[in-house]
Amino acid sequence: MSADSPKELGLRLRERDRSAAPRALNLIEDRSPRGREAAAALAGEVSPAALGGEAPAHLVGVTGPPGSGKSTLLGALVAHWRERGRTVAVLAVDPSSKRSGGSLLADRVRIEHDPRDDGVLIRSTAAGGRLGGLAAATREAADALAPAFDIVVVETVGVGQSETDVEEVCDTVAVVVQPASGDVLQFLKAGIMEVPDVLVVTKADLGEAARRAQRDLSAALAALGSRDVPVLAVSSLAPPEGIEELARALEAHRERTDVGERRLRSRRLSALRELVAEHGEGAVRKLGGRREAERLLSTRPPEESVSDLLRVLEAGA
Amino acid sequence: MRTYAGHSSARESNELYRRNLSKGQTGLSVAFDLPTQTGYDPDHELSRGEVGKVGVSIAHKGDMHELLDGIPLDEMNTSMTINATAAWLLALYLTVAEENGVERGSLQGTTQNDIIKEFLSRGTYAFPPEPSMRLIADTIAFTVEEVPQWNPVNICSYHLQEAGATPVQEIAYSLSTATAVLDRVRERVAPEDFPRVFGRISFFVNAGIRLVEEHAKLRAMGELWEGLGRERYGVDDDRYLRFRYGVQVNSLGLTEAQPENNIIRIVLEALAVTMGRSARARALQLPAWNEALGLPRAWDQQWSLRIQQILAYETDLLEYPDIFEGSKVMEGLAAELVTGAREEMAAVAERGGAVEAVPYMKTRMVESHRERMRRIESGELKVVGQNVYTAAEASPLQEGEDGGILHVDAAVERSAIDALDEWRAGRDAGAVEEAIAQLGRAAADPGENLMPCTLAAARAGVTTGEWAAALRDVFGEYRAPTGVGDAAAAPSDDALSALRDRVERVSEGLGRRVKILVGKPGLDGHSNGAEQIAVRARDAGMDVVYEGIRLTPARIARTAVDEGVHVVGLSILSGSHAELIPIVLNELEEAGANVPVVVGGIIPAADEAALLEAGVARVYTPKDFEISRIMGDIVDLVAEHYGVTAAPA
Repeated sequence: MSADSPKELGLRLRERDRSAAPRALNLIEDRSPRGREAAAALAGEVSPAALGGEAPAHLVGVTGPPGSGKSTLLGALVAHWRERGRTVAVLAVDPSSKRSGGSLLADRVRIEHDPRDDGVLIRSTAAGGRLGGLAAATREAADALAPAFDIVVVETVGVGQSETDVEEVCDTVAVVVQPASGDVLQFLKAGIMEVPDVLVVTKADLGEAARRAQRDLSAALAALGSRDVPVLAVSSLAPPEGIEELARALEAHRERTDVGERRLRSRRLSALRELVAEHGEGAVRKLGGRREAERLLSTRPPEESVSDLLRVLEAGA
Repeated sequence: MRTYAGHSSARESNELYRRNLSKGQTGLSVAFDLPTQTGYDPDHELSRGEVGKVGVSIAHKGDMHELLDGIPLDEMNTSMTINATAAWLLALYLTVAEENGVERGSLQGTTQNDIIKEFLSRGTYAFPPEPSMRLIADTIAFTVEEVPQWNPVNICSYHLQEAGATPVQEIAYSLSTATAVLDRVRERVAPEDFPRVFGRISFFVNAGIRLVEEHAKLRAMGELWEGLGRERYGVDDDRYLRFRYGVQVNSLGLTEAQPENNIIRIVLEALAVTMGRSARARALQLPAWNEALGLPRAWDQQWSLRIQQILAYETDLLEYPDIFEGSKVMEGLAAELVTGAREEMAAVAERGGAVEAVPYMKTRMVESHRERMRRIESGELKVVGQNVYTAAEASPLQEGEDGGILHVDAAVERSAIDALDEWRAGRDAGAVEEAIAQLGRAAADPGENLMPCTLAAARAGVTTGEWAAALRDVFGEYRAPTGVGDAAAAPSDDALSALRDRVERVSEGLGRRVKILVGKPGLDGHSNGAEQIAVRARDAGMDVVYEGIRLTPARIARTAVDEGVHVVGLSILSGSHAELIPIVLNELEEAGANVPVVVGGIIPAADEAALLEAGVARVYTPKDFEISRIMGDIVDLVAEHYGVTAAPA
């Protein structure tokens, strides 16, 4: 089993050995006490401390309501990135938890790709019922993949909460909507949903409907004072349109973002949230309240992993 | 009267047709293999194990010449079960007629050409929905002018029932498909020609064992069809308003257990579509008694042909006017179905019509099929020999050396590939290139009819795979919705709760939830078995990676590893398991995945032993109809393989 030890897997991921990725993900999904321990060890192996800085990968969140055309869009994006020699891992997260506990995965996100191409990895996972929700389920996986791939996509379904969760894990968040869906527009106006980094209107082949949606969303963003958020129309049907522009917009967002700062902030946020998930609000009170806890975290070195930070909080609580 | 036939090479199928014609068959019904149906040449990666399996392989006009050699085309009524590539196979047929000096105007026959049911049930589609609908409209517009006696489409309700549709769904979804086709054709033909187009639309219907209701269904379809013609399309000529349909009776209800009983089912189902004159089938083809076991032999097909001959020539069925006229029961049943179907058609229309409503219809059918499976498992629906009266004498019909089925020579694929290489080397490369470029240009212009350049490609010696590839380049690839994601969760019962407990315990032992990959290797698109397994596995609490149809062995291995599944479940109904499964096992091994593989499908006993020998952990065949039991078995397998316990704590 030494080939699957956290240390060995961490080393191989740092060396960009793709074949270590599925095993690392199996380990991260293991909920047994022994599995949790191994996952924490692995998190240390891929933390900024072990990497000597932030992982260079671009962590991209893609979220949107069901039927918005995310999977065909992702298929086209993955193909675009591969043509340019960039390696991509996609984590498709199903947040729905069902009575039986089971989930139908992958059906939702069927991304066409060459199965012999080592530059693509697609993993679907059910986050339903997981303490701490989507972000907790995804963070460790995204962090493990980040040293081994150029781009890590976290895909999830839903509007309202999911983009906030994804934002906690990713450098750039794109929300995908189809022309006819008014939900996103209403949610934005009502402030129910956070303003994303990039808005994508799919099914541009529908013509006028897509252009109208694009205009309405741009107007809503302007009213919210977010004029610089790009709203792009794409068509993933053959021949695809707007994919290159989308890839460029994602890239541009990353370039103007202080990734180190954003990731550090979200690691601290995650540690606090996980403290609450595991020990309840009482643990925060024991630390002297949320602000005091945040102050405690800000004294820690920036390269510590979420599990390191969690331990610090637990020690103080 | 005809039997659906064809296998292996064009030469062997030609011999079969000539034998059948000499036994009193009055037309041809051509079965094509899956590569031909989905637009791949025999040497494509996806064609592995499928060449010549469920029908004949036709890769170019040379194959078509050989298939039809010595058969008088101007006297034949030829039915071709072909959909995604219908325009192409029709072009090959027309080219052969042309090169043999037969007038187009004298040709009679049918191309099935119904793509919606391919998305819903059969899975042999090649292009996305809209371009597929355009190809259908193009063939209709072309044949109405050029081949006036041809039936360019045969709207199929048959496959919907096979995939679990209720009678109401069968009626509603097939008629919605017909309107989707007609709405598109209306834009392409002159208004004065349209009634004639309406009159050329025929249907291919299923008949199940509930023969009274099935007969009522056909009366209901006739009534609704006439209403559509008059109201939606303004057709008033009675000749064009008649509901014309052919039938293949039900295969879904044929059992692997006590297979000889199937012949009785087939007779009763044939009766359902012949007994009342005003709703009588115009063409009838019957399956063979041993379909659930494997491929039928010539003798098995002859037996089915004899049923039709006895019904027609010995019984008095054909001597009377409609025997149900004035029957309150029959009229009441038909009226009930008409009402139900109207509601369901409205639900489809609300979603924008049959093309847009494919995901909706698919989900409803997956749910209906699950309900049917549940009723059989619980014993509510009795199937003699399968869930009641299961004790039986051994059947002498299966005692022969062949086990009662046909075995296709595995060398067929190799020789088809060799012949294809030879064909490609012998043609005018420049003409081929020009014809393919022309296809691409025409495909990119939605206003152009694709038939003329398809005919030019056929004449130039273009292959089936090249024709489809030229169109795929423009239209794009497509994967149909599976219907499983949206299927509602099953109502809980004791058996399911017990199963969930086991899954829960094994998942705890594993550290993460039991994860299963379900998929179909090869080109076989009959996915309802795989869908039922996927939905049930989810209901039992597993994480299910369902990747649908047309998976290459490489894809299966890659997904199994990347997704970190504990077990792989594969379903094959096309008879290609013997070739494909060992390749999958090999790919898994090369990928370093030590994952148990279970296989389900129409798998003869002799092959079952070979698969187990090759390393398959379990084999399930149609006689394993209790999905709950299969699930329990898979949970135990996972527990055993990974050394965890499934026993109650």
